[in-house]
Amino acid sequence: MALNSLGREIPESYAGKPLIPYSDPFALRPQGKVAARPLKRVNPGANKRLSSLREAIEASGLKDGMTIATHHSLRNGDFLLNRIVAEIAALGLKGIWIASSSVHPVHAEIIPHIKSGVIAGFQCGVNGLIGEMATKGELSCPIVVRTHGGRARSVIEGSVPIDVAFIAAPCCDEYGNMNGYYGPSACGSLGYAQIDATYASCVVAVTDNLVPFPVVPVSIPQTLVDYVVVVDRLGDPAKIVSTTTRVTTDPVGLQIASYAAQVIEAAGLLRDGFSFQTGSGGISLAVAEKVRNAMRKGSIKGSFGCGGITGYFVDMLEEGLFSALMDVQCFDQEAVQSIGRNRAHQEISADMYANPFNAGAVVNRLDCVILGATEVDTSFNVNVNTESNGYLLHNTGGHSDTAAGAKLSIIVAPSIRGRLPIVRDRVTTITTPGETIGVVVTERGIAVNDKHAELKEELIRRKLPVKEIEELQREICRVTGTPRPLEFEDEVVAVIEYRDGSIIDVVRRVKE
Amino acid sequence: MAGFKLRRSLLYVPGNMPSMLQNIPIFNCDSVIIDLEDAVPLSEKDAARHLVKRFLLNYTDRNKELLVRINPLDTKWGYEDLKVVLPAMPDGIRLPKADTPEIVERLDTLLTEFEEELEVEIGRFGILPSLESALGVINAVGIANSSERIFALAFGAEDYTASMEIERSRGGEELFNARTRVLWAAKAKGIQAVDTIFADVSDMEGLRAETELAKRLGYTGKCLVNPRQIEVVHDVFAPKQHEVEYALQVIEAIQRARQLGTGVIALGGKMVDAPVVKRAARVLRTAYAHGMVDTLIDEEAIHGAQ
Repeated sequence: MALNSLGREIPESYAGKPLIPYSDPFALRPQGKVAARPLKRVNPGANKRLSSLREAIEASGLKDGMTIATHHSLRNGDFLLNRIVAEIAALGLKGIWIASSSVHPVHAEIIPHIKSGVIAGFQCGVNGLIGEMATKGELSCPIVVRTHGGRARSVIEGSVPIDVAFIAAPCCDEYGNMNGYYGPSACGSLGYAQIDATYASCVVAVTDNLVPFPVVPVSIPQTLVDYVVVVDRLGDPAKIVSTTTRVTTDPVGLQIASYAAQVIEAAGLLRDGFSFQTGSGGISLAVAEKVRNAMRKGSIKGSFGCGGITGYFVDMLEEGLFSALMDVQCFDQEAVQSIGRNRAHQEISADMYANPFNAGAVVNRLDCVILGATEVDTSFNVNVNTESNGYLLHNTGGHSDTAAGAKLSIIVAPSIRGRLPIVRDRVTTITTPGETIGVVVTERGIAVNDKHAELKEELIRRKLPVKEIEELQREICRVTGTPRPLEFEDEVVAVIEYRDGSIIDVVRRVKE
Repeated sequence: MAGFKLRRSLLYVPGNMPSMLQNIPIFNCDSVIIDLEDAVPLSEKDAARHLVKRFLLNYTDRNKELLVRINPLDTKWGYEDLKVVLPAMPDGIRLPKADTPEIVERLDTLLTEFEEELEVEIGRFGILPSLESALGVINAVGIANSSERIFALAFGAEDYTASMEIERSRGGEELFNARTRVLWAAKAKGIQAVDTIFADVSDMEGLRAETELAKRLGYTGKCLVNPRQIEVVHDVFAPKQHEVEYALQVIEAIQRARQLGTGVIALGGKMVDAPVVKRAARVLRTAYAHGMVDTLIDEEAIHGAQ
């Protein structure tokens, strides 16, 4: 065991690989070159079409112990991963690793295949039951949770080699050109799949919308695609939306949003060229609404909106409040429709979005990002992976990436979740280090990290309820009481990788 | 001017809901009215007043005015509400159905008795009478003068329209006379006037229009049923930028006048005298509450050392 710089105990190795303890957000530097993939040759007249997923799996050369990937652009409406795993199981393969961009509750269907040994582990974060069961000790499958940028890095540097990438292609031709813009399973940006297509040894495009050659525009080109398979249905785009996509009407949420918007204004960021990312939750959208109104009022022309894109950002683009949207993933149907319509709605890869080991990610250009939290601690460390019961229920997404990249990262969260205080002495799991968090905004007050001393002074001058984070914690705990700490076994069921590949924390089995 | 208290927004919070009571510190309203009357079912009257007492006792770092709406004194709960709640030191009592000066006088007497018993300053507990019937509106002047504890008159349109056997409309034309009469009584007494609630919490435009009307008439605040309404109401009551700038010029001019040993001076060709200064001071106090100016005005510089 080693202690990382945040005081978390990290094992020396996990799932057979040595671990590097986290030290600081920008300490690790890349070495070597990007990963290689086999050269290919496809002669004129060759046919990439295969008749079934099973045939594609066989043609890909997938063997016991290899690693597959899918992308999660259809989120909880994805049908593909379950079908692939069922076919792999039917073929009698064992010990397969999943390195998808994320696994969602819909994929709980593969749990029997984890128990039977078909699936050996996850080189990616998991949302929902798989993580919960692993934390309870009911599943034996190592899980390495990565950020979006961290996943791109791991694939590009070759630390997670993908043997076969199965790409859900909502619009595809027989030679493998594809985009996610059109078709019954349209999901918009294929930002995660672009990485898989570029670096996997074998790429299988799976579509329910085969169109005549050539697909235009091309998100992933034919030069990267080995096989094309047509299936009846890739997924249900209606389930792309994972949370509410409406501005909250809850007074507490609106109070938080109001404070957050005032923080952005006070930070001096709301000026021409402003760049912004926020999620799709009700509070985040309420912040976006207030920012939009402030931009209108001040005739401010923003630079770009980023990340998972919602209809809200599309409206801001079409209103002329942003020059462009940089979209790694569409969060709702309005965004999906926009990406095929608006030239300035730019599809970007997860590499371009957030990989810390390239010549400059988009997150580095963000002025401000609004992020959520399940817990925050008095050192501003944030947990988004585990719930207060200790269960691993959520993936990291772009949380740590944007927090590290943006000039100002703002956590918005109600001070009480259920009956528990949001601010703790020590978060159950560290997802994002406190040194990359600027401000924590709750309805009971605003805590500012010391590194933003000028902003803190300005907020006080504007008579906003600025409190030391310990003071905020005390105030909340006066209402909730102080929760009893959870108890854990020694067994590590998952590791939380920081975006650079070092280990920021581990998830241990919960003591029942 | 001393003791000026901004009361733009007076938010009702049900006294029988712990989850809502616990949120009182977080909303930016100027006053909270914890309700023991209409929001509380008969079966919960007793529990609610004890809950409110516990809440008040624990809410020590009070950041806004706290009023308690008791049940009418002619019900069996009114006196008991006072007895339980007053030891927890609310700032005042919202008296519903204040139809006559005698009702307010009775409350005044009771409050004095409790203040003596609790050994606190006589007059510590304020009274906000609610004029919400035809009788109450007719008696507005008498009610305004019935107790020195009264810091404002509140108009209650829901009960008023019921007492008039009419429907309340979105435009509120049917309320005009009553609104004005309550206002006259308040202004004549030199106290604040608080407008009725706007019940449709999803109609922000309607709320804005009604608040603007109330402000134009002379009301200084409005009762609210949902925290979402606070921002709109504060926005309406916020001074306009040009008003703030003019007020700053007025104060500067009067300070200059004082240095010259006169109480009157011209500004932009117009005479600046006491009423103009008074209005400017009110604008700047409100502007300060809105964060539009950094410092409170220097009362001494305006009025001279007392």
